[in-house]
Amino acid sequence: MTTPHDASWPAAEAEPAPAALTPGDVADAARLVSFGLQAKLLPARDAEYAELVRRHREDPAFARLADAVATGLNLVVLEVSPRAGMALAAAEESVFAVRMGDYSRRAASETTDRFLHGLAHLAVAAMAFPRPEDLADEGYLGRITVNGVDAFVRQACRRLEEQAELTGDNTDPSSDAPGLEAAWRVWARRSTTGATKDARRLSGSTIGITGKAVAFLVDSGFLQKASDDAGGTYRTTARYQLQVRDLAGSAAMAELIDLGVVPVTDGSATLLPADHSDELVADAGLPFHSL
Amino acid sequence: MTVIADQPAERELRPPAAGARPAPGPAADEGLARRLKALACTAPLHDLDNRKVNLAGEYGGYAMAEVGLAAIDLVTLHMDFDTGADREIVLARLLPRVAAQSPQRPGAEHQRVARWVLESLINVGSVDRGFRAVYGTFGADGAYVRRDYDFKLIEEVPGPDGGVYLRTTDEAVNVLVGALDTDVTSAQIAAEVKLEVLIRRGRLADAQLAAEQARYRTVQYAETLRRVLDATRRNVRAVDWMQAVPDLIDEALDHIADRYRHENAILTNIRRARDEAEEPSHKRQAAELVDIVKDCIRRHTQLQARLLEAGPLFRAEQDRQAFAAPAARSGIDLYGHLLAPVLRLPIEQAIRPTDAFFAHGAGLRTPTAVRVSDLVELLLTPPVEREHLGAELPDPDLVATPDDSRFSEAQLEAALDLLDLPADAPRRLSGLLAEARRQDPELPYLVALLAVHAASPPVGTAYRQGEERLLFAVDDGATLADPEFGGADLIVGSALLDAVGMAADRKDAQ
Repeated sequence: MTTPHDASWPAAEAEPAPAALTPGDVADAARLVSFGLQAKLLPARDAEYAELVRRHREDPAFARLADAVATGLNLVVLEVSPRAGMALAAAEESVFAVRMGDYSRRAASETTDRFLHGLAHLAVAAMAFPRPEDLADEGYLGRITVNGVDAFVRQACRRLEEQAELTGDNTDPSSDAPGLEAAWRVWARRSTTGATKDARRLSGSTIGITGKAVAFLVDSGFLQKASDDAGGTYRTTARYQLQVRDLAGSAAMAELIDLGVVPVTDGSATLLPADHSDELVADAGLPFHSL
Repeated sequence: MTVIADQPAERELRPPAAGARPAPGPAADEGLARRLKALACTAPLHDLDNRKVNLAGEYGGYAMAEVGLAAIDLVTLHMDFDTGADREIVLARLLPRVAAQSPQRPGAEHQRVARWVLESLINVGSVDRGFRAVYGTFGADGAYVRRDYDFKLIEEVPGPDGGVYLRTTDEAVNVLVGALDTDVTSAQIAAEVKLEVLIRRGRLADAQLAAEQARYRTVQYAETLRRVLDATRRNVRAVDWMQAVPDLIDEALDHIADRYRHENAILTNIRRARDEAEEPSHKRQAAELVDIVKDCIRRHTQLQARLLEAGPLFRAEQDRQAFAAPAARSGIDLYGHLLAPVLRLPIEQAIRPTDAFFAHGAGLRTPTAVRVSDLVELLLTPPVEREHLGAELPDPDLVATPDDSRFSEAQLEAALDLLDLPADAPRRLSGLLAEARRQDPELPYLVALLAVHAASPPVGTAYRQGEERLLFAVDDGATLADPEFGGADLIVGSALLDAVGMAADRKDAQ
């Protein structure tokens, strides 16, 4: 890795800008992108950043220039605002993109582990934004705990298990075709946590996997740690909301539709109260319409 | 994945001969599968004894399956309302049984065995920390399919303090006590009526069995309620707070009040049985029963505290969750559109949406870029010596505090010598004071002080510490005639205490 990816480089690529702009403007635009790459930095904390964000909003020529710099770097601009700063996401094949193999070595070779790591990220988002309107409401602050995310997924798995039992399906996978095992079983049979020789989390357990996802999201500037309760309590940031709403959610959705699964709902929340006629059952915490 | 249960299950399942199809219908096949699964749950226990020969050392003397069952038992009984059982407590309680199996072996080996059994039941080596057995069924088209059955016996769960605790799974409880999957309330009442009758008849061995069963029910009941309250905490809207939950809480509180009264009555009965019993084995059984019932009462109290917290918890959660104003809607419902459908898919398909979500949702990382010249310098720089000891601590300036105690050590010794009276010859304070005055003019003050203290001797402390003698002083009305002191001429003496008897009493009280 000897290629410098300094923000000053792509400034050269963005040269065919309107003549009225000086190299100084280009430097400023690149500076704004470099601020955006520091995911944890917020305009409120840095006067220069705040000034560049303001300029981006008020000066369309400068805004086009900054966006061009970002595009040249293979970045997608999600939003430029005082609350989120310059929210950037890595486009596919970008040098800034995170690959599963770099994220977890085990996930690179083991299909089940790769799935669990991906599912943990999806579950964190689903728990942070439980209702569709939470994703749209810019003032919404999600709150999650590591243990809570695991319990949430386990409960959903238990529901599916009960449902399978009800219909009399045998969900035990065939030994010859492990790839046909239902996804929920993979999470359900993985241990929740485990004692290790040192006092760390067992990395292969579901809480360990969720904890890793959460820690990674903190580094991405998507979550902020609030306390150590319940395995770690975190708040979402504006950037996370943007990333999930505008990018990750739709990307996963596209894959799902490609697989021929078209979930149809009326757009209202699917995490709804239980049917009153039903008896209260243990673990009926999240009775879902869609199941 | 473990191979523990594989071989026995496979041997069992091999079709007897080609063409002879054994399962006449899906129902019979299903019953067979269920029994095979039940059988598989016991496999890890049998396997403990099979695998002990692989351990480095002489472990033939231990009955591992017995230790394993005892471990499951202990975890079940120590499972608390909020958390599971503490691993160290379980290991400590397991140790006496292990030690009894092979008393001549060193204690470290016993600990190793206990730890090995517990870890084997968790199946620490496997990534899922669970077991897998293979069994076969005939599909709808008559084809024979081998299937994987995954189960756990003891699972590790997070505690509120961040620690890892142990809980037994339903499978383990089934292995342990058979079909406990019954109506908890009625089963508990039955167990307690039985217990009372047995105690009245003096059949303590049977009563103990019944009491232990009653305790399992109590644990199960608490577990059910814990899950309900947990669900409430997660999502207020998910639980019916108009009728179902208040009813449930009322019912549970009634139940607790009832059981509490009941168990206290039983406790009184067994205490009497314990005190009246003459045969040592009866006495011991009765004492154990007292422990079990006490534990039941403790669990009920804990449950009650939880139930009383439920109402305020609901109101707080409602404030937090329900009063958020509904806003504009986004097109995507992460749970309903993504998570739930993904969980239903087979894993080889489910991995595509999760991969996509990860790739677009994990954020970006700025790659590190290194210049060659920097790298060379970096690599050639000698590592910084790490300070293991840290900075040197400044020597504290110590100032000798003046000795302002009124009496010296020698004086105290002299006074105690003087007061070291034989048990059968108490003395008057006046005589003691006069003798002290002859030795040292200051000494009478100390003797008087000690004598006054002895007027209210620390009996409780002496009892707890198992002391053999105790200084006491009694006022019989005589007036002290002394130039320096006034008051009563106390009789000072030593009382001998029955240290052995007290020790026995203490043990009993615990």
